Amino acid sequence: MAEGGPLGLLVFATILALIGVLAFSIRLFSVIKYESIIHEFDPYFNYRVTQYLTKAGIYEFWNWFDDRTWYPLGRVIGGTVYPGLTLTAGSMWWLAQKINIPLSVETVCVFTAPIFSAFASWATFLLTKEVKGTGAGLTAAALLAMVPSYISRSVAGSYDNEAVAIFALVFTFYLYVKTLNTGSLFYATLNSLAYFYMVCSWGGYTFIINLIPIHVLMCLITGRYSARLYIAYAPLVVLGTLLAALVPVVGFNAVMTSEHFASFLVFVILNVVALAHYIRRTLDEKTYRLAFTLVVTAGTMGAVVLVGILIALVAASPTKGWSGRSLSLLDPTYASKYIPIIASVSEHQPPTWPSYFMDINILAFLAPAGIIACFRPLTDSSTFIILYLVTSVYFSGVMVRLMLVLAPAACIVGGIALSAAFETLTRSIKYAPAAPPALLLSTQKEETSSPSATPGSLATSILKEKSKEVNSEKVKEKVAKRKQRKEKDALEKTVADKQVPEDKLALLPVEASAVGLVLLILLASFYVVHCVWAAAEAYSAPSIVLTSRTEDGVHVFDDFREAYGWLNHNTDENDKVASWWDYGYQTTAMANRTVIVDNNTWNNTHIATVGMAMSSPEKAAWDIYRSLDVKYVFVVFGGLVGYPSDDINKFLWMVRIGGGVFPHIKEPDYLRDGNYRIDDQATPTMLNSLMYKLSYYRFAEASMDGKGFDRVRRTEIGRKQFKLTHFEEVFTTHHWMVRIYKLKEQKNRVRGKIKRKTKADKSKSSSATKRNALKGRS
Amino acid sequence: RIHRHHIVGTAFIMAASAKDARDLVTAMRSAYAKTPTRLKIIDMYVIYGLVTAVIQVVYMAMVGTFPFNAFLSGVLSCVGTSVLGVCLRMQVNPANKEFTDLPPERAFADFVLCNLVLHLVIMNFLG
Repeated sequence: MAEGGPLGLLVFATILALIGVLAFSIRLFSVIKYESIIHEFDPYFNYRVTQYLTKAGIYEFWNWFDDRTWYPLGRVIGGTVYPGLTLTAGSMWWLAQKINIPLSVETVCVFTAPIFSAFASWATFLLTKEVKGTGAGLTAAALLAMVPSYISRSVAGSYDNEAVAIFALVFTFYLYVKTLNTGSLFYATLNSLAYFYMVCSWGGYTFIINLIPIHVLMCLITGRYSARLYIAYAPLVVLGTLLAALVPVVGFNAVMTSEHFASFLVFVILNVVALAHYIRRTLDEKTYRLAFTLVVTAGTMGAVVLVGILIALVAASPTKGWSGRSLSLLDPTYASKYIPIIASVSEHQPPTWPSYFMDINILAFLAPAGIIACFRPLTDSSTFIILYLVTSVYFSGVMVRLMLVLAPAACIVGGIALSAAFETLTRSIKYAPAAPPALLLSTQKEETSSPSATPGSLATSILKEKSKEVNSEKVKEKVAKRKQRKEKDALEKTVADKQVPEDKLALLPVEASAVGLVLLILLASFYVVHCVWAAAEAYSAPSIVLTSRTEDGVHVFDDFREAYGWLNHNTDENDKVASWWDYGYQTTAMANRTVIVDNNTWNNTHIATVGMAMSSPEKAAWDIYRSLDVKYVFVVFGGLVGYPSDDINKFLWMVRIGGGVFPHIKEPDYLRDGNYRIDDQATPTMLNSLMYKLSYYRFAEASMDGKGFDRVRRTEIGRKQFKLTHFEEVFTTHHWMVRIYKLKEQKNRVRGKIKRKTKADKSKSSSATKRNALKGRS
Repeated sequence: RIHRHHIVGTAFIMAASAKDARDLVTAMRSAYAKTPTRLKIIDMYVIYGLVTAVIQVVYMAMVGTFPFNAFLSGVLSCVGTSVLGVCLRMQVNPANKEFTDLPPERAFADFVLCNLVLHLVIMNFLG
């Protein structure tokens, strides 16, 4: 870096600043195309928590018991939420207030993710610089700034844990590698503090506390023990466990669950190895061997006893000490067998092959080249990067949501590969001999020039095929800038290389290098084009506002906010609203009403109760909702406009989850010959269920031809004319996407013969629930 | 006769290994006596921390784990200070080639900083 002189330093600083600006601006498409709102479902919860934090202060937030959700159970927010994101956004808001910049909480929340993605790119630069050098660092940072997988979870408005967690992840890894390289206890302290920030931010911190022990174990097995390894790992375990136990949501799980046992085990092994090395150094060879045999015999007996106790303890628990979520990662079939709620979330499905090319694009084939580049030379830090890549590839194959953890690893190794290729090619051009070009064999590197040519020629051969398909794109401003920057980068590197006199480096023929360079630049521009397209078209939708293109322009579907606004203005503040759990967070945040179940999904029985209510006939559902003090029920219906993620499409999951707890709900009752239908061939149970009735009430009358054609299911509905006996429709949004119903009051006089005792029981149970609700509130 | 050989054989092996153990201990003692006083002080500190941790675990086994966070913070603070002592020893040891350009004052300052953070966390966690 300093070898380029002041000009090199200036170019370097400009590039780094531009990478940050790039990372920030590419995520602003959602704000430009739609508006500055919070997206999706989970961010609304985080937004509501941040609002509470800024209004009530940190002590109230820490001890907050939320009674407006999971009625009548409530939720302990302080103990069940990962506070990192809310505290970060809250601090940024507070800081802005202090210096008299009046930002609203919503603005800060919307723009938290782009700001932290800029920080994450800089952290990636630092990490890759520790592994391979400045050129690779800048390339990796530029790749991470744009990689679509990271953009999808950190676009402006996506106010979710991953927004700050990816920055914390990469920064913790950087500090770990820095401590490993320098052996400084100062960086070890910083590493533990960064790990603490990661634990505060995301449940995925268990990835760090398992990856680092695996890496340490690998170093020990391959004979790479050194004092620096001990300093990098041992303080992290002790300080990190303590700091993790400080976060209320983790608490004593930091020492009691299987996710952390690997770190303790490797800690013990590392201490034993350190002791062995110390003894070997102080004693001579013969006595050392003696000591070794003695210690091994005594130690194995003690270790067997300890491990036996540990295994007995672990085997006693049914999940072997692992939490449900971790088990579903280790055994991909676990969730579908035992935890249907985890299996039903679309983010938890395995990814398809095309999604790899959509999400990490050219890095999918640059990563193997990067792995080879990491082997030349193989250092502690490059083994760490290889391990990180391999483990994250496995986990991304289990759940599509974890492609996000793969993205930084892919960018790092992709950056290493791209930078190595570029370096070789520019070096060949710069040092082209005047005589006919000949391949000079290197003396310093242990292998021949073929490995160094591999990244370049691999890329060239792939690209020769690709360039035939890709139309000659006009060279954009970005590409020109990139070319300049890469050449200056490579020039700096070659200047540095000149000052290392003994290195005879491999050279390629000049023409091949020139062609290779041009094709590499084309490859990079293809990546840029794809990333910008993905950010603009694929990942910027806020999913609470939908748009569609018609001949007259863009048509906006703002039904969700319309419904929540109606609820906010037309219902009493203490009214309870029931819906499927997807909409719980949005309802509490925007409509400000108490809900029965929400996206936290911590109580399966409560969700199953709602599922049972939706699957039951009208009277039974009315009874269930009355027992929960519900006043309003709403369903999401997409049949009029063709919105595919509506409640009828999710209905089978309601049946499954309800049936998992209440055995009288059987899934085959709702299917005709194993097919899910809502037309006239549907089963009577299906046609009588509350969900069918609430979705299709008056649908046939309101449609143009009176036939009730459902655009999503592409059939006419089975039961067209029916009346609701226990619910009344109070509001349906403009495009019929949200339909709100009110529970009818209990009738004054009941038809037919009713024993007096039954009536007294009914009134007793309803007053008891009212009393419990009051108790829960105070 | 086979039994007698067997017993004598094991006794011989045990006697041999006992003699070896004694030789080992004397060899360790003489080798250890050569280490500088500074490092011996750090070693004492580390062993003291570990012994305190063991005492706490034994106490916990006797009286039960409540309150668990007090137990955890006590044991982890002892283990933590021992670990940091070992790190300091590694950095200050003149026989260590890796740390020749690290001034011992800097090593000690890092040690103090890390201990400060550790004890701040401990005091927070004690409850």
